[in-house]
Amino acid sequence: MANIDRDQVLHVARLARLELREEEVERLGAQLNDILAAVSKVSELDLSDVPPTSHPLDVVNVWAEDEPRPCLPVEEALANAPEREGNYFKVPPGGPA
Amino acid sequence: MSEWEIVVGLEVHAHLKTRTKMFCRCELEYGAAENTRTCPVCLAHPGALPVVNGRAIEYTIKLGLALECEIASNAVFARKNYFYPDLPKGYQISQYEAPLCGPGRLVVPTADGDEVVRIVRAHLEEDAAKTLHAGGATGRSVGAEYSLVDFNRGGTPLLEIVSEPDLRSSEAALRFLRLLRQTIVELGISDAEMEKGTMRADVNVSVRKRGEEGYRPRWELKNMNSFTFIGRGIEAAAREQIAAYERGETLQQSTYDYEPDTDRLTVHRSKEEADDYRYFPEPDLVPIEPPAELVERLRAEVPDPPGARIRRLEPAVGFDVAYALVTTERDLLYAGLVADGVEPRLAANWVMNDFAATGDDPGAVDVAGMAAVLKTPGLTRDALAEATAASAQPGFSAADYTSRTAVSDASELGPAIDAVLAANPQQVETYRGGKEGVLGFLVGQVMKETQGKADAKVVNQLLREKLTQDA
Ligand SMILES: [Zn+2]
Repeated sequence: MANIDRDQVLHVARLARLELREEEVERLGAQLNDILAAVSKVSELDLSDVPPTSHPLDVVNVWAEDEPRPCLPVEEALANAPEREGNYFKVPPGGPA
Repeated sequence: MSEWEIVVGLEVHAHLKTRTKMFCRCELEYGAAENTRTCPVCLAHPGALPVVNGRAIEYTIKLGLALECEIASNAVFARKNYFYPDLPKGYQISQYEAPLCGPGRLVVPTADGDEVVRIVRAHLEEDAAKTLHAGGATGRSVGAEYSLVDFNRGGTPLLEIVSEPDLRSSEAALRFLRLLRQTIVELGISDAEMEKGTMRADVNVSVRKRGEEGYRPRWELKNMNSFTFIGRGIEAAAREQIAAYERGETLQQSTYDYEPDTDRLTVHRSKEEADDYRYFPEPDLVPIEPPAELVERLRAEVPDPPGARIRRLEPAVGFDVAYALVTTERDLLYAGLVADGVEPRLAANWVMNDFAATGDDPGAVDVAGMAAVLKTPGLTRDALAEATAASAQPGFSAADYTSRTAVSDASELGPAIDAVLAANPQQVETYRGGKEGVLGFLVGQVMKETQGKADAKVVNQLLREKLTQDA
């Protein structure tokens, strides 16, 4: 069974730009392993005849007409912005961490 | 011929010309005030759910049909995870293992035969928001103090078309791109204008020795948005790779930016260290299984492809003229004139020279009227020029021009010529003395005498004959 090691926890945290304390690395690593173990229960079944599923619902082809609906007023759109400049969201610089 | 061969593959992105975004119904409007085209979905508010734009699905299938692609029986949206300010959800909804359009091809006609460029896939995704990088020296993300984000563009439907590395020169790459662009534009699914940012390309370049099997590591030139720079970027990448190999170096797969000012490549700073995108099926969207009747309806709407039109016109006018007619989208005008009885060479010549110089819309030409004008024997040059200028304007009437024919009949012109010769004995002497330059003056006099109705060429010839005969 796959096992999430410390390096993988740090790698995933870095991809998500999360800074983890040492005890969090341990705790989250253990939780991720528990989740993997729970999911891997499925592999106990013989699923060789079951086609891969990309979605749990037996529904396809849900789409909408290409008709505009009202947008948010700009003040409302920016209401949760950590900072703004004019009508722009102002955020820490993007780019490689 | 160099012992090195260039190998190019392209990933082309085009904004689809839908009214609304890919997964929400915010209206797309080029140049709208910043952050006025947003909603909880495209701002990634918690709990907001995406809903697919049906028209974007149709447009993508149409493109797939035009490129002879296999249309998927089951297409799945997938999350491409990366962290960047232009992507508020922390992932882009794209397609990964199950794109809407599978393998296809675009046949690019050339004077030396067909270049067949295989298409790997075409899929649908959402564009990112627009970021402005402020502070710092370069205006780029590297070294910026902060970024400003406008989410109007975030969520625009984006078509991605991936080719196999089948192109063997920068010219071939540009021929392919231009034909692909024309195909997209004629489908009516995108404006595909590089200058406006509605089309861009990632260009994969490698080189290998002629006859060598397999491919060497490629350099990816990111976000190219001009045909000229794509051509130069391919040349620059190939040049640097060949120089490196000839120095005995080995190269690695890498991403570069092409710098037009210096004609050099610089290493691209990646958004994500190892391109570790952790794709997985988008749980908020169900699969797309295009119904056969939808695909057939769309197939009927796909216009005659430009490459096939070039090959059809070629026998009548030659490859170069056929290529020029189709790629400037003037071939329908040409075909209309020929259908109305204009001789093919004359029609092609008028369309590509006289009419093209007006800069008018070929679709606005009164084809039947203009055909009547072009078929008029002995039409004067002035009448043709005026008809050409008016041919795409409202109120054009062929009858205003078809009556203006030049007199080319020798028996009709004879008296006028005799009168002019009689009235200008001095010039006649000069001509006979060997100064043939005076002929132009005499021709002008005959034109005047006939109120401009004479065919100048015929007059010229008749005058020469008379002046030598009667000497
Ligand atoms: Zn929206």
